[in-house]
Amino acid sequence: MDKSPGTRTEAGDDMRLVARVRAGDQQALSELYDRYSGVVYGVALRILQDTGTAEDILQDVFLQLWRRPDVFDSSRGSLTAWLAVIARHRSIDRLRRRRPETDIEDCVIAGGDDPRDETERALVIEKVRVVMNEMGAEQRTAMEMAFFQGLTHTEIAEKTGQPLGTIKTRIRSGLQLLRARLAT
Amino acid sequence: MRTHQQFEEDLALYALNELTGSELQEFEQHIETCASCRREVQALRSDLGRLALSTAGPRPPARSKDRLLRAIAAEPRGAANRATQTTPRRGLSWALVPTVIALGLLFAVGYLLDANGRLHDQLATMGRLYQNTTTQLAQAQERLHLLSAPDAMQVALGPQSQQRMPHATAIYSPSMKRCMLMASNLAPLPPGKMYELWLIPMEGAPMPAGMFKPDQRGNAMMMDHPMPEGVLAKAFAVTVEDATGAEKPTMPIVMSGQGL
Repeated sequence: MDKSPGTRTEAGDDMRLVARVRAGDQQALSELYDRYSGVVYGVALRILQDTGTAEDILQDVFLQLWRRPDVFDSSRGSLTAWLAVIARHRSIDRLRRRRPETDIEDCVIAGGDDPRDETERALVIEKVRVVMNEMGAEQRTAMEMAFFQGLTHTEIAEKTGQPLGTIKTRIRSGLQLLRARLAT
Repeated sequence: MRTHQQFEEDLALYALNELTGSELQEFEQHIETCASCRREVQALRSDLGRLALSTAGPRPPARSKDRLLRAIAAEPRGAANRATQTTPRRGLSWALVPTVIALGLLFAVGYLLDANGRLHDQLATMGRLYQNTTTQLAQAQERLHLLSAPDAMQVALGPQSQQRMPHATAIYSPSMKRCMLMASNLAPLPPGKMYELWLIPMEGAPMPAGMFKPDQRGNAMMMDHPMPEGVLAKAFAVTVEDATGAEKPTMPIVMSGQGL
């Protein structure tokens, strides 16, 4: 990934925007929304398959950021990943019709670079899709069932007829493969 | 007790928020002390964030942003208000009074919502702590019940060739003034006799430290025997005595052990 200054609109921009949100700046939240609402909405829509409920999750995630911007700082890692994981967990909670169990305060993400502009984001998205397509169908299915359908590993094992240990390994190694390939 | 390797198998499950109940509690207790597992959970969450990027599709409708901006406008936070609000001290028109009151109420509602959110979070944290403490207490009680259960089976393990020898463990705390003993492989006693534990002090004569009788399998347990204050033990010994007890130990000594 090209990290030269020319490809980034503003290095460290997210953290400045979050700092402004912390100070109560509504315009800063609006800018973060413009930047990341696509990711949050995309995750929610993929999981819930319903535009109205996905919009509710989108609203919920950004309202959480507005109400509790203090829980996100640079030590929490990439803002994109953090928002996406919160969106995923909240969507699964909704899918299972259970009370939100995800405490945003508990969600700490390992550090990593965020794509800062549309071009860079498009490159990352393309790379993720390539890695997913390179995986075997069984591994990809297991990962999608776990992430997007919110199935437990046991449920996936039952559905696919595979041993539980195999499912656990497929999901974890799939995520690690994604990590390794995106780091290159 | 689960091993580090067993916890490692659940790392992805935890990152996916799929652990529940006692599994979740055990895992959270583990990562509090295991830096490598904690780092891997964070890395896996980051991986999940990357995986989420594969979903990029249609943009949300414009009305979603309007809805959000309306919602945050209705929830101004204290910090923002203090930073932007300036109240003229002179020339305040009476016509503005209702507006000022309305704004004041709005800020108060915002502040209360914020405070409510924080209290809710504190309550959730306290709830988790309470749950952890309750679980630990329940585990301690279970262990105690196991020790004192009438059907508890005690098995002493040793080399197959070794002859079964009587064995006992005495636990004594001078500060708590309490003594307990667990014994196995004890020989059956003649009628009217009991085993007696003796505390051999640093100075002075042996002191009675409780009496006990083995069951049919030769096991015995003596719980919580009171002792005098301030006695330091040099050793412990067990003898066979009349069931009414004895003033001094009767030879031979069945078992003995040095205090540390």
